Amino acid sequence: MGFFALYFIVVFLSMGVGSFYLIKKADMGDPLEVVNKYLIYLFVLDLLIRYMLQKMPVANIKPLLYLPFEKAQVVNYSLGKTIASFFNWGYAFFFLPFSIVLLIEGYNPLGVVAWHFGIFALIYCSNFINILVNNKDSVFYPVIAVFVALGACHYFGVFDITNYTAPFFNGLYNAPWMVIFPWIAVIGLYYAAFNYFIKNMYLDAGLQTKHAIAKTEDLSFLDKFGSTGTFLKNDIKLIKRNKRPKTAGLMSFLFLFYGLLFGSGAVEVYNGPVWQIFGGIFVSGGFLFTFGQFVPSWDSAYYQLMMSQNIKYRDYITSKWYLVVIATLISTVLASFYLFFGINAYLAVLVGAIYNIGVNSHLVLLGGAFIKMPIDLTSNKKAFGDKQAFNMKTMLLSLPKLLLPMIIFAAGYYLVNPTTGYVLVAAAGILGLAFRNIVFNKIEKIYKKEKYKTIHAYKQKA
Amino acid sequence: MIKAQNLTKTYGAATVLNIENLEIPKGQCFGLVGNNGAGKTTFFSLLLDLIQPSTGQIINNNVQVNTSEDWKPFTSAFIDESFLIGYLTPEEYFYFIGELRGQNKADVDALVNSFEDFFHGEILNQKKYLRDLSKGNQKKAGIVASFIGSPELVILDEPFANLDPTTQIRLKGIIKNLAANQNTTVLVSSHDLSHVTEVCERIVVLDKGELVKDIKTSAATLKELEIFFSGAEAPDAAVAVFEDEE
Repeated sequence: MGFFALYFIVVFLSMGVGSFYLIKKADMGDPLEVVNKYLIYLFVLDLLIRYMLQKMPVANIKPLLYLPFEKAQVVNYSLGKTIASFFNWGYAFFFLPFSIVLLIEGYNPLGVVAWHFGIFALIYCSNFINILVNNKDSVFYPVIAVFVALGACHYFGVFDITNYTAPFFNGLYNAPWMVIFPWIAVIGLYYAAFNYFIKNMYLDAGLQTKHAIAKTEDLSFLDKFGSTGTFLKNDIKLIKRNKRPKTAGLMSFLFLFYGLLFGSGAVEVYNGPVWQIFGGIFVSGGFLFTFGQFVPSWDSAYYQLMMSQNIKYRDYITSKWYLVVIATLISTVLASFYLFFGINAYLAVLVGAIYNIGVNSHLVLLGGAFIKMPIDLTSNKKAFGDKQAFNMKTMLLSLPKLLLPMIIFAAGYYLVNPTTGYVLVAAAGILGLAFRNIVFNKIEKIYKKEKYKTIHAYKQKA
Repeated sequence: MIKAQNLTKTYGAATVLNIENLEIPKGQCFGLVGNNGAGKTTFFSLLLDLIQPSTGQIINNNVQVNTSEDWKPFTSAFIDESFLIGYLTPEEYFYFIGELRGQNKADVDALVNSFEDFFHGEILNQKKYLRDLSKGNQKKAGIVASFIGSPELVILDEPFANLDPTTQIRLKGIIKNLAANQNTTVLVSSHDLSHVTEVCERIVVLDKGELVKDIKTSAATLKELEIFFSGAEAPDAAVAVFEDEE
């Protein structure tokens, strides 16, 4: 979690301090009221993220059952542990500095304190709601769908939910006594969660391991690709049926929209032409970075099988390469909406895709040979950054992935003209593709050399 | 079929395996017994090139396993659950292995269906992923998968552990049949002395990495092994054990 958490702490801190003045400067109205207006969306987003990522306390209960504790103690301990989760206190990095800025700017201290504590109670409500609805997809996704629809209505000016929710958040400041409502809610939810757990603390009730009903899909259309097709079929199942790779797939979809930050003026430094290439690489390369980076660790749980089966390394690596390339192509097609922002925006994506396919796809496979981090497919824990994933070799390998195309582009852009910049980056990609065989031989050799170390590393449980 | 020469594996100062010379002819049903840490799994891992030998080499059918990959087409193994792909159903797993070994769907179906008895209705068409099966049922799937594609050498590490009594008896029949009728070399390790003596025509005992006994199985073998593992190697001591029992 480390790296990702740190990133959010920095972002939250700067937003906490800066957003008051940004809103003021943008002349959007009273900063507190603006924040209050959009808080409802923050809470929905928060629930969504929690639902997908926050670990349930149940996992730790089983070993406590046989020990001499009272059930109430065990439940209080488990629920108490969630209170200390980063998903809760992480918000302090935004709300604390924001509240301090409010005080400095002369807002009514009692109101600010009431507002602050009210918001925190609501964050903890979110925490306990998440525990109560855990794994109830049939309840959860409709609720999210309703809010997405409400958000769309708001955007298109049909119906504005915030007109009904903002008064409540404003009320916390204007009428501090209202702070008791969220606190009553949070205490009520705690007891609801407590009772729910007490009632279900049996191995065949709440602590039962859930077994998914296996669904087999027909992927025989991939049979014509020979052994590459065999691995591709497996990789598709890997992504569809396991939590961790599914998250990677979802993240790579979000990368599609990363380019919106560029050229739209949302982030100032991103407006430079060289940064467009940076964005282009990420838009088409989401899958390459989130999934490709951890090849072959995805197969770590059964790596011994792969290494003793009738498999040629070459076929194995080739199939992974195709997977990354196909995903890059799909992303490139999906990213065609960047055409709305002008031909140059999409050109950056296209050129980025060519570079990704020709150069980065190889680099990512090369880097994977050195990572050797066993992955627990069924858990999202550690999904964002693991210290083993950041070693010197992978850091060095990430330089040519991002910096090199920017340098190549800058050289063409500033020395000749913008078109030359695009052409040069694309040419680098095509050149990489031409050397595919030589590069594959190298990669194969490294995989073979690292084989025993990799097997040993994967044996240590994730 | 298999020749191991001067084979040692050391970790730091500790030698976990030291086999001077071991030959296993084709079609033999070979049993490997020894206490925990005796080097059984180390030997199998060396055979599958999952770890590197410190000295010496293993030749499998004229292929030196740590320098060439050509032993893979005719060798198969089930060592532990790391040979299973948890997110596949048993059927998908069989087809996957089948495709890797050049078998089409019909071949795999024919083979797998011949093991219906062994599966006891708990493997096929269960709509469950391998990771959700019980340990015993996972083992059944893994063992049968190792038979796909008529390998010449099958390596099974502790195949009897976790199986229910009925399945243990059926597995004994299957292994005997493999070696006798199909000329397949079968390597089996086990902690259950009565099972190995019943199934294997030859039994090798490993102790702290050393080959200490190499027995052609006979009616007296089980007794001999029991005496050895009761910790009383010398004949005098063996008598003492019998006296204790009275």
